[in-house]
Amino acid sequence: MKSVTKAYRPISWPMKGAGGDTGSWRTHRPVVNVQLCNQCQLCWVYCPEAVIDRYETNIDYRYCKGCGVCATECPTGAISMQKEE
Amino acid sequence: MTTSIKNLPDTEQVLSGNGACGGCPATMALRIVGKALGPNAIMLLTPSCSVASMGMTPKLGYNWPGLNICFATAGSSASGVIHALEVMKEKGRLPGELPTVFSWVGDGGTYDIGFQSLSAAAERNDNIIHFCYNNEAYSNTGVQRSGATPRGSFTTTTPTGKSQPKKNMALLMLEHNIPYVATATVAYPGDLYDKVVKAKNTPGMKYIEILAPCYLGWQFDMADTVQMSRMAVRSGAWLLWEAENGNISFNNPTAPIINGKKDAAPVEEYLMKQGRFNRLLKGSDAQQRIAEIQGDIDREIAFMRERAKISI
Repeated sequence: MKSVTKAYRPISWPMKGAGGDTGSWRTHRPVVNVQLCNQCQLCWVYCPEAVIDRYETNIDYRYCKGCGVCATECPTGAISMQKEE
Repeated sequence: MTTSIKNLPDTEQVLSGNGACGGCPATMALRIVGKALGPNAIMLLTPSCSVASMGMTPKLGYNWPGLNICFATAGSSASGVIHALEVMKEKGRLPGELPTVFSWVGDGGTYDIGFQSLSAAAERNDNIIHFCYNNEAYSNTGVQRSGATPRGSFTTTTPTGKSQPKKNMALLMLEHNIPYVATATVAYPGDLYDKVVKAKNTPGMKYIEILAPCYLGWQFDMADTVQMSRMAVRSGAWLLWEAENGNISFNNPTAPIINGKKDAAPVEEYLMKQGRFNRLLKGSDAQQRIAEIQGDIDREIAFMRERAKISI
């Protein structure tokens, strides 16, 4: 990953947060109940934002947009959507 | 056997924090495509939601070299890139493996505006993959009607429902005699992954169309994106098939519907979940409108069943 702090160049470099800290768009936050999780990885594969860790089921709340696809697709109901404070 | 989700690679080509809407089916599909293609690829983008989701300069949300090109030039630009790369390879200026060149284009850039350049690229049989993520409208500019919009659907330019059926673009591409054509959708990631891997390893022009249910254009709750994609396949509104060298085979769960082993789910449940249809299904002509849409779907299933029997 190259530094972008140098003079402006009309070329973009791949890095996280290209749309800003998109977690601020969220109205509801997905919360994982680890006891119910059966490691099926469905939330990981369907997450459009790639914020869910495949094995640990950790969610990167800095970028999670709170769409709720993971909660709808979870077969065991381990993910619930809770209103942001 | 389709690849199991647990066997998909860890590669992430779509980076977190890009500019797409929450629950966007295009980035969902692009993630799976990225797992199949790997980092050695060049991406071409015509104006579409995926260009808007790239994020702001100097950051880029996709981990590929990407070119933003004119709307009508998806086929010709990709042809130019692959021809240049092939010449460089021939002259020994390009070390390593030849990168996969693919265009990631919406239904507007495939069905309507980009059709002639795509058709010409298919006729030349250039070694590219054309992906069409089909959200059945011009969603990026505020949901206008496109050639992919199905009959009876509300868009801002068809406020009383579109009165023409959509065209079968994947079949049109098949009739160009290209080596590989496939349709896929976001609800079946293993199926999509296999098709992209197959396309990557086939020389010549490849066309893959991915149904992407856009919650904004289709007017449903954004958490139901994958559910809607699944319902489209189960009701027969979207058929999953692939054609290698012109021989069509159907994939699950479309295969039992085509074989007649299982009936497609009635389309009514699928329609009523989407605001673009159900806002027009409140009057006295609702049953007639549903029958028209069901008629289109039944015709498409019957046609594809017979078309698949032709293998020369």
